[in-house]
Amino acid sequence: MPLLTFKKGGIYCAQADVYIDPWSKVDRAIITHAHSDHARWGHQHYLCTSNCEAPLKHRLGNISVQSMPFREEVVMNGVRISFHPAGHIIGSAQVRVEYQGEVWVVSGDYKLVDDGFATPFESVKCHHFVTESTFGLPVYTWADQQQIFDEINTWWAANRANGKVSIIAAYSLGKAQRLIQNVDHSIGPVFTHGAVENMNAALRAAHHDIQPTIQVTKELDKKSYKGGLVIAPGSALGSSWVNKFKPFSLAYASGWMALRGTRRRRAADRGFALSDHADWDGLNTAIAATGAENIYVTHGYSTLFSNWLKEQGLNAAPVETQYVGESIDVAEEEVAI
Amino acid sequence: MRQFAELFLAIDATNKTNAKVAALQHYFEIAPDKDKVWTIALLSHRRPKRTVNTRLLREWAAEYSGISPWLFEESYHVVGDLAETIALVLPNPISDSKEQALHAWIEQIMDLKDVSEADKKAFILQAWQGMDKAERFVFNKLITGGFRMGVSQKLMVRALGKALDIEENSLQHRIMGNWDPRTITFDELLLQENSLDAASKPYPFYLAYQIDGPVEDLGDPSDWQAEHKWDGIRGQLIKRGEEVFLWSRGEELVTDRFPELKLLATKLPAGCVLDGEILVFKDGQIQNFNLLQTRIGRKTVSKATLQKAPVILKAYDVLEWDGNDIRHLPLLERRAYLAECVAAVNDERLQQSPSVAFSTWEDLKVERSTARSMKSEGLMLKRKDAPYGVGRKKGDWWKWKVDPLTVDAVLIYAMRGHGRRANLYTDYTFAVWKGDELVPFTKAYSGLTDAEFRKVDAFVKKNTIERFGPVRSVKPELVFEIAFEGIAQSSRHKSGVALRFPRMKRWRHDKPVEEANTLNDLLTLL
Repeated sequence: MPLLTFKKGGIYCAQADVYIDPWSKVDRAIITHAHSDHARWGHQHYLCTSNCEAPLKHRLGNISVQSMPFREEVVMNGVRISFHPAGHIIGSAQVRVEYQGEVWVVSGDYKLVDDGFATPFESVKCHHFVTESTFGLPVYTWADQQQIFDEINTWWAANRANGKVSIIAAYSLGKAQRLIQNVDHSIGPVFTHGAVENMNAALRAAHHDIQPTIQVTKELDKKSYKGGLVIAPGSALGSSWVNKFKPFSLAYASGWMALRGTRRRRAADRGFALSDHADWDGLNTAIAATGAENIYVTHGYSTLFSNWLKEQGLNAAPVETQYVGESIDVAEEEVAI
Repeated sequence: MRQFAELFLAIDATNKTNAKVAALQHYFEIAPDKDKVWTIALLSHRRPKRTVNTRLLREWAAEYSGISPWLFEESYHVVGDLAETIALVLPNPISDSKEQALHAWIEQIMDLKDVSEADKKAFILQAWQGMDKAERFVFNKLITGGFRMGVSQKLMVRALGKALDIEENSLQHRIMGNWDPRTITFDELLLQENSLDAASKPYPFYLAYQIDGPVEDLGDPSDWQAEHKWDGIRGQLIKRGEEVFLWSRGEELVTDRFPELKLLATKLPAGCVLDGEILVFKDGQIQNFNLLQTRIGRKTVSKATLQKAPVILKAYDVLEWDGNDIRHLPLLERRAYLAECVAAVNDERLQQSPSVAFSTWEDLKVERSTARSMKSEGLMLKRKDAPYGVGRKKGDWWKWKVDPLTVDAVLIYAMRGHGRRANLYTDYTFAVWKGDELVPFTKAYSGLTDAEFRKVDAFVKKNTIERFGPVRSVKPELVFEIAFEGIAQSSRHKSGVALRFPRMKRWRHDKPVEEANTLNDLLTLL
């Protein structure tokens, strides 16, 4: 029996009797990162990285959670388990599982680019690699982070010059902090939606430095937004919440914005192709670096991407999971706060 | 081409009309004249003929990118635009291209017409190597055609008008007709009163909007003239000197496709331009639009086709009379000239679109309800004292179409859309019941909101039965009300019928599949 199996409720290690990112309620769950499609509510015990603990508790409330730093090891019934940086968001990890010399790595979501906030990705040698494939087609290749932020800053500065507020839609965990850390704060003040600010507060309380932000509240004078940058979850943008910022320019920051069609469909003013997932080259580089011969491809273009890997001489197979990756067309599940 | 690529990016980065016009105006102020001429040509549907076929482009792009053809095709289905797919998959540029003007690229692409396949490939690979993503996209679009930048001809003319400080309507007229972007200069096209090709030059068509409120809002019925709205092809028939020309609304010269109208035009007085509808007319009756379709898109017409589908011009307006532009005259005066013209020509192939007698709006509602039996789409309302306008404008002319026919049908196949619907299942095939079987009878792509499309897309992905390339068959579960303007027998369709302008009117969440309409229901509408 393989060390890890893909069961109905999630990725399972029978020898250690533990699940990784399960979607059914289980006794013991190892969590790669705190996004809702990977870290679900209702497990008895959670194990995650030290940096993941604060956002996980913030999302799931009073749970039984144990955490450990990257590269430290815990042994469960002879199985050695450790976390290694995945670079996706703060605290995100690949899970390394070793038993009797056989090594598996479950990537969770990952990107190879250092985003200035999440611990940068580290490659881990293994025999079996479980990879995501959110952007597993050759049409997805990201521009340099600096180039994208130059574009964002230019757009913001132009809006400010025209007396407009700039609004960017972003996940409240991950993309929001990446934006806050990388935009040019000398242009103007950065405002946040409550969902983003509460996540910021949880992270700051756990001693993560985040650039200064101002929460949008009823008490704030509407005039103070002028020329500022507002970061809010996509779900807030369809509501009357945005009216107070008029006139404004609206942008989405997501890997899906690489396609003209998706960009135009959002009817936003701008789309920045900024993703926390690996692009085509990133996926291929990461897989090659593991040295693994057996690749299991989860959420994304799993069938196409595994066919491509097979063509490259690897044992690859698509695996059905309930992970979502980066969602833009489905209503984004956000922390309800 | 950098300037043009930047123009494209600027237009693409906004959905605000004013920003688009400003970007175009800026371009028209700074670009070289020859590039401006080509930009006007591209944005007024005058793209050059394709010189490299897309199958080859796909092969070369896959090869150069080091991916298999199947992966390229799958990527194309996701992106929904060939030029964009190629631009995205190609590896980063390896050399700085020598910057070439837009017109130089276009002309080089045109000159590929007669070169060998190997030379075409060498040219294109070299071009790709030196371009960034945006330039590649524009370059690929120049090759594949279908250049849509999200600006209409109308907006382009507005921007050009601002850049040149020339009135829009006059510009609109100047860029009409036959001109070759490769030989004409910017001055000749826009600034000189050119006599070159002046004989063939059509006037911009005046177009109407559908009435959006109660018809009574138009005020006093006696201010209005009503005619039936004929369901054919809009045409402008010109006779100047001894020369005759027939233009379609798409600004296409179609004189040779309709030899009977060409012959008819020779009988017109010189210096005469008529606006009307091209219709198939046989046995004293107007025929269905699908018979007219046998005449569209054919450059040469066989005798058999001519006999099977003879056409007439149902004329409703005169734009030029005795060599003078009379568009400024009130409608009733122009109609008087029209009557005079039709009588003088005295030929069955030229008929005047009669005005409907009515004194109240109620009378007109009765008339409108007869439209289908008259083979018309409804009524046209035109203000009696109004001049002939330019382009689509609200105010003096209104369409008042009859309500569409509808059936409830079941979604059975779905395909991904293109453009802004890329990567989303938005192109559907619908079926009706024939006994226990669902028979496909129409496709429809429009009518749902973006949010509804996303929901159907999610349904399709979860309920796929089989995949055939880009098409998926789905569990027959969703019912939609399909609206259409007309229905006719067709031997080309499995169901035996062809619909005109099918679209989704609404999603019938309330209807179970069993209650969708039957093929018999559909046939009774014939």
